[in-house]
Amino acid sequence: MDKFGFTISTGRQIDYESNDRRIAEYIFEREPSFRLCIECGGCSATCTTGNFTDFSLRELNILIKRGENEQVREKLNKCMLCGKCTLVCPRGVNTRNIVVLAKKAFQKSDEYAI
Amino acid sequence: MNMQFDPFVIPFNIGLYFILIYVVTRSVIWFRDLSKPDKLRLQRGFFGLAFGLSLKEIFMESLLHRKILKTNFRLGYMHMSLAFGWFLLILFGTIEADIFGSKHLNAPYKAIFFRFFNPHHGRMGFEAAYGFLMDLILAFILSGLVLAVTKRFYSKVVGMKKTTRLKITDKIALTSLWLIFPSRLLAESFTSGAYGTGSFLTGSLGAWLATFLPAQQMAYPFWWLYSISLGTFFILLPITRYMHIPTELFLIFMRNSGIKTGDQAGTYSEVQTYSCSSCGICIDACQLNFSAGITNIQSAYLMKAIRNNDDVSGIADNCLMCGRCDQKCPVGIELSPLRMIQRRGGEAENDIRNIYKGYFRSRQTIISEKAIGPSNYNFLPEPDQEKTDILYFAGCMTHLTPTIKNSMIKILDDSGVKYSFMDEQGGVCCGRPLMLAGQDKEARELINFNSQMIWKSGAHTLVTSCPICYKVFKESYYLDVEVLHHTQFIKRLIDEGSVKMNFLRKKVVYHSPCELGRGSGIYDEPKDVLHHVSRLEKCNFEDENSLCCGGSLANMKISSQNKKKIAFDAVNELTKNNPDILATACPLCKKTFSAVTETRVADISEIVAEALITKSVKKNSASHTSSIKQLANI
Repeated sequence: MDKFGFTISTGRQIDYESNDRRIAEYIFEREPSFRLCIECGGCSATCTTGNFTDFSLRELNILIKRGENEQVREKLNKCMLCGKCTLVCPRGVNTRNIVVLAKKAFQKSDEYAI
Repeated sequence: MNMQFDPFVIPFNIGLYFILIYVVTRSVIWFRDLSKPDKLRLQRGFFGLAFGLSLKEIFMESLLHRKILKTNFRLGYMHMSLAFGWFLLILFGTIEADIFGSKHLNAPYKAIFFRFFNPHHGRMGFEAAYGFLMDLILAFILSGLVLAVTKRFYSKVVGMKKTTRLKITDKIALTSLWLIFPSRLLAESFTSGAYGTGSFLTGSLGAWLATFLPAQQMAYPFWWLYSISLGTFFILLPITRYMHIPTELFLIFMRNSGIKTGDQAGTYSEVQTYSCSSCGICIDACQLNFSAGITNIQSAYLMKAIRNNDDVSGIADNCLMCGRCDQKCPVGIELSPLRMIQRRGGEAENDIRNIYKGYFRSRQTIISEKAIGPSNYNFLPEPDQEKTDILYFAGCMTHLTPTIKNSMIKILDDSGVKYSFMDEQGGVCCGRPLMLAGQDKEARELINFNSQMIWKSGAHTLVTSCPICYKVFKESYYLDVEVLHHTQFIKRLIDEGSVKMNFLRKKVVYHSPCELGRGSGIYDEPKDVLHHVSRLEKCNFEDENSLCCGGSLANMKISSQNKKKIAFDAVNELTKNNPDILATACPLCKKTFSAVTETRVADISEIVAEALITKSVKKNSASHTSSIKQLANI
């Protein structure tokens, strides 16, 4: 195919059937305000970490909800938990707790190898 | 005839010798678990001043309960009558048995059950006077007991809004404690009634009871009840909250010897946990309780959950860490550091097991996996900072409230000092928010980054606008610079005469931020600055008693609605006298308060910048360059 001068891009389809929503469920259960997020991106705009790298809490939230956990795991630890996102959130989402819970959920899933 | 022994004393004897052996064993275990420096501290304290100080403190606090008396007289009286009264009863009972008994140096039961073994005693003269004293002490205890029983069912009687909930062993121990003194009263009264002895309380009650009851036969079962309740109480003591009675003595001595909580669980944290008597003063002090209606996470419950080895993560994380309970605790337990230890531990590492039904604990130290692993923040650039004298660190929160930042720039420029703005383009977080979430390893990475920046600048003073940053710079950074909060810095500029200000004719109320006030002990400088520029008024919640704004980063779990409730209540209290400005010294407090009040909320730096008489000629070029830099930013 390469010879024809075009490539087939990797699939951009989100397959909810195969994605692992357990991390998201874990967070939903313990921090119900996660459901209030309207993905406005206020958190990403103010982010201290976002000032240095392409880290975006909005992206993280979306990825968690989609269940694309491998990408989340990699990005999650960049957060400094400074709390600016919580203060600017127009919906009163407890964003810091979402990050902390996600970290915990990954730790747990590592421990029990699920 | 003088009886020497009766089977009814057996339960008391078993209980007494059990608890004595237990306390000795437990203290040996505690001493063994201490770190080496702490052992030395304790030894030095034993032969030094600390021992005398501790004896005095034990008398004032463990017996008289001076601090509780000060905060709440009726509650203090209840604790005092039970503790001090019981102590007097034992002391004078022992003396009585020693003087009037058949021989000197009697077994303890002879003193406790003196009336039973010496029923004819106390008819006249000195004996009767002594009997009067003993009756008076018993009456003193019983008056406190009446308060205690009423408090359990109707807590407002002693001026408490809430009282602690109990587990089943606590309830049995409580019942046996309650039975001790009434059964003594009845036992002594019946014996007195049968022999025609006793003073104003036992004598008259006994005489009256003897008119319609067979006093001689009735006395014996009550002596049994008295002995059994004492025995039960002693045996249950180590697994109930009453363990605080012996433990508090250790706590006072350890504290006076200079032992600190630190950041690891150990003997001292365990001694503190067991010293909590669940008096409930922390519950009434907690804003989560009286503003947000969250009533299961207060420090008394945390201490209890740790003792019972329950899962404490839900309790430990749900706290503003405002430190109000630390200030109010009559035992002086360092509640916030203890809570931080629990947060650091997380769920997995909390591996302390109660063995032998909770009479002993075994601690297993598990090396945390978090301590190793790759860096989380390798995306950070190489730290770089220009040379300067004074470094200004605004902090994340200050960047969200830019008026504070701009005011500080104005003040710094005007003062003519050579300074540099460390996080002008948005810096790295100070690390305290991570620490508050129990993630010390991650926090250390950020601390290292900022430390290098500060070190490279060669500054001698670090000024910060945010009390959260201030606390961590002061306590967890190992730097050779003087750390100042901007209120301290402004105070210094005023004292030196570097800045001049107009007097603003405005009524101001000062809200002391938790991390600056109770957290770092800075109460005076902010108020001095405000006195200098405005009409500072008093409010009902000052200094150690100041309220939390509710915005605290320390609480991981609280919902935004509950945060608002706390902020709303706090603002209502602070603005009762309709001040023109509600002043604070923390960007987070400012942000939280501004959302819930019509009153103008301003940081001290803003008020100072407003009152500033700007100099027309700059003193030196350093400030000139920085103001150019500022212009460039705009």
